[in-house]
Amino acid sequence: MDSVEQLAEQEYKWGFTTDIETDTIPRGLTEETVRIISAKKNEPEFMLEWRLKAYKHWLTLKNPEWAYLDYPPIDYQDIIYYAAPSNTPLYNSLDEVDPELLETYEKLGIPLEEQKMLAGVAVDAVFDSVSVATTFREELKKQGIIFSSFSEAAQEHPDLIEKYLGSVVPYRDNFFAALNAAVFSDGSFVYIPPGVRCPMELSTYFRINAVDTGQFERTLIVADEGAYVSYLEGCTAPMRDKNQLHAAVVELVAHKDAQIKYSTVQNWYPGDKEGKGGIYNFVTKRGLCEGQNSKISWTQVETGSAITWKYPSCILKGDRSIGEFYSVALTNNHQVADTGTKMIHVGKDTKSTIVSKGISAGVGQNIYRGLVNVLKKADGARNYTQCDSMLIGDRCGAHTFPYIDVSNSTANVEHEASTARISEDQLFYCKTRGISTEDAISMIINGFCKEVFQELPMEFAVEAKKLLGISLEGSVG
Amino acid sequence: MALLEIKNLHGGIRDLEILKGIDLSINEGEVHAIMGPNGSGKSTLSKVLSGHEEYAPTSGEVIYKGQDLLDMTPEDRAKEGVFLAFQYPVEIPGVSNAYFLRTAINERRVYDGKEEMSAGDFLRHMRAKMKLVDMDEALANRPVNEDFSGGEKKRNEIFHMAVLEPTLSILDETDSGLDIDALKVVSYGINQQRSEKNAMIVITHYQRLLDYVVPDFVHVMFEGRIVKSGTKELALELEERGYDWIREETTAAG
Repeated sequence: MDSVEQLAEQEYKWGFTTDIETDTIPRGLTEETVRIISAKKNEPEFMLEWRLKAYKHWLTLKNPEWAYLDYPPIDYQDIIYYAAPSNTPLYNSLDEVDPELLETYEKLGIPLEEQKMLAGVAVDAVFDSVSVATTFREELKKQGIIFSSFSEAAQEHPDLIEKYLGSVVPYRDNFFAALNAAVFSDGSFVYIPPGVRCPMELSTYFRINAVDTGQFERTLIVADEGAYVSYLEGCTAPMRDKNQLHAAVVELVAHKDAQIKYSTVQNWYPGDKEGKGGIYNFVTKRGLCEGQNSKISWTQVETGSAITWKYPSCILKGDRSIGEFYSVALTNNHQVADTGTKMIHVGKDTKSTIVSKGISAGVGQNIYRGLVNVLKKADGARNYTQCDSMLIGDRCGAHTFPYIDVSNSTANVEHEASTARISEDQLFYCKTRGISTEDAISMIINGFCKEVFQELPMEFAVEAKKLLGISLEGSVG
Repeated sequence: MALLEIKNLHGGIRDLEILKGIDLSINEGEVHAIMGPNGSGKSTLSKVLSGHEEYAPTSGEVIYKGQDLLDMTPEDRAKEGVFLAFQYPVEIPGVSNAYFLRTAINERRVYDGKEEMSAGDFLRHMRAKMKLVDMDEALANRPVNEDFSGGEKKRNEIFHMAVLEPTLSILDETDSGLDIDALKVVSYGINQQRSEKNAMIVITHYQRLLDYVVPDFVHVMFEGRIVKSGTKELALELEERGYDWIREETTAAG
């Protein structure tokens, strides 16, 4: 399968770095580091206290080892925990933004200029841990929507932050959540007031840039009663030799009748063909369906990172609430992705859907790890899980660890799984129709992932298409 | 000059020589039937002509439109108008027939230096062809051959052929596994596409198909060679007498 491997061996296209002065603090993590970060952010006292509690708790924890991952121990004292681009006021117009930064975005094919015009997408660009450009906020403000960097929100809306911070992912949750709570530098905050439907897709592009800088983002999205919001998260990183740690936390809260749709396209540097370099991506994402009839949907396309450790989950607390998880994870060369979801059914008549598509090429390993947990009082809970794997070549692997834990006899839980391979017969068939191997593989993979791609907002589906090197299906017929 | 000129073609799979010197000349506007018993090399010929990697030619030549066909990649052969209707069509889950065919058409248009066909133009083109070969619209939007019945798969091959408008079509046992009604539908679809500008090679075991798709020439393959050629009457004779007399004649002559 020479041609298959050729496709699989496409070089990472977006490896470049930007020279911008950064304001960094010394390497290593101590109580003092936490205090410096909090001070630099000019945070209210409760934030510092919370961070310190998290730090102290983190000291008691060990790096988790249960995942199907193999990586050298991380030296947490060899990481710089804070870096901000120098002179970073929030700009009102693009003219004020560092041209080099804009150029970086243009290389990525996501110039802010275009983003502004595109389908009303507001952009909160996180560049080296601090927001440097926020747009559309005025328009959103009119509707009472808050969309800002986390640091700003901590100062301007401390009541909301104090109420919701850590309410879905407490700092005690796990090793990386504790680490993030102690040192997170910035991120996004979104609040949609009752009955408001956010008129545009909210978007954040992450970018890791400064050498050896860990990224510890924190995102908090609250949809009040009857509110709706669709949030897009996308990221690419420049080529780097040394492994970079990323431990983000995302918390979602959906109140009664509210709906949150959270979509991710993740394309961080995956390391080279020998597995050298690449991002370590340890993410805790969780949504709480707090009120009745609330709904949270996670859609993710994971193509980057050397290691992915990520389980976007839903706690279905409100009666009749709905949780969804749609995932495409592609691992190539030496990439490993241990990803999946947890659906915790607490309320009555709660419903969850899980669709996971894993694609492995090279010596890549793809692991689906999921938990469907139906608690005692969750009468009438329903879950449907579909877990499909696609193998390209014969040196890669696909593994599935579905956990199902049901404590209520009225629950209905379904699990389907399949494993497929792109066959030579399929490729030859395509060739006899004039379709090259490369396009045939793209087409077959796109077909394989269709159920997930159709959950993505249109412009994100286009990006997902780019990332998988495939053509967009569905434009015909 | 003939559209397709096969001269002393040898080849097979791995070390096994199956084709032992094929000579065949096909002009535009002609339908050639190739018949013969199992193992005579009919399907191997179709695979060598369409460029299957495992079926390598070892000597001889194939000139198509004045070009060395054997030197071209399978996808370039397709873009030059060579089409293979599979005996066992392959399933491609998740990829709709319509999307698949539009991709195929556009790859060819790009190859020809033309602009890609818009979604609307393609849809109109596809609908017209659907009518031509009596294809159900539902099949066009279903994933390629996935969960199709045997008959549907064969009809889908003829539909692909109609949409792609090839110059040279090779139909590899398109009649196998079809009941009489399905055979009539498939034959109708094939006949609708006959023209002065294209040619077909119809590979079959049985005379039955040739009642509906009447060939201009009939060739009998035996042990990797074309041992007898004639007109449609030859097919009738084969139907009546079986292949044994061919075997005897060939052995006696050899």
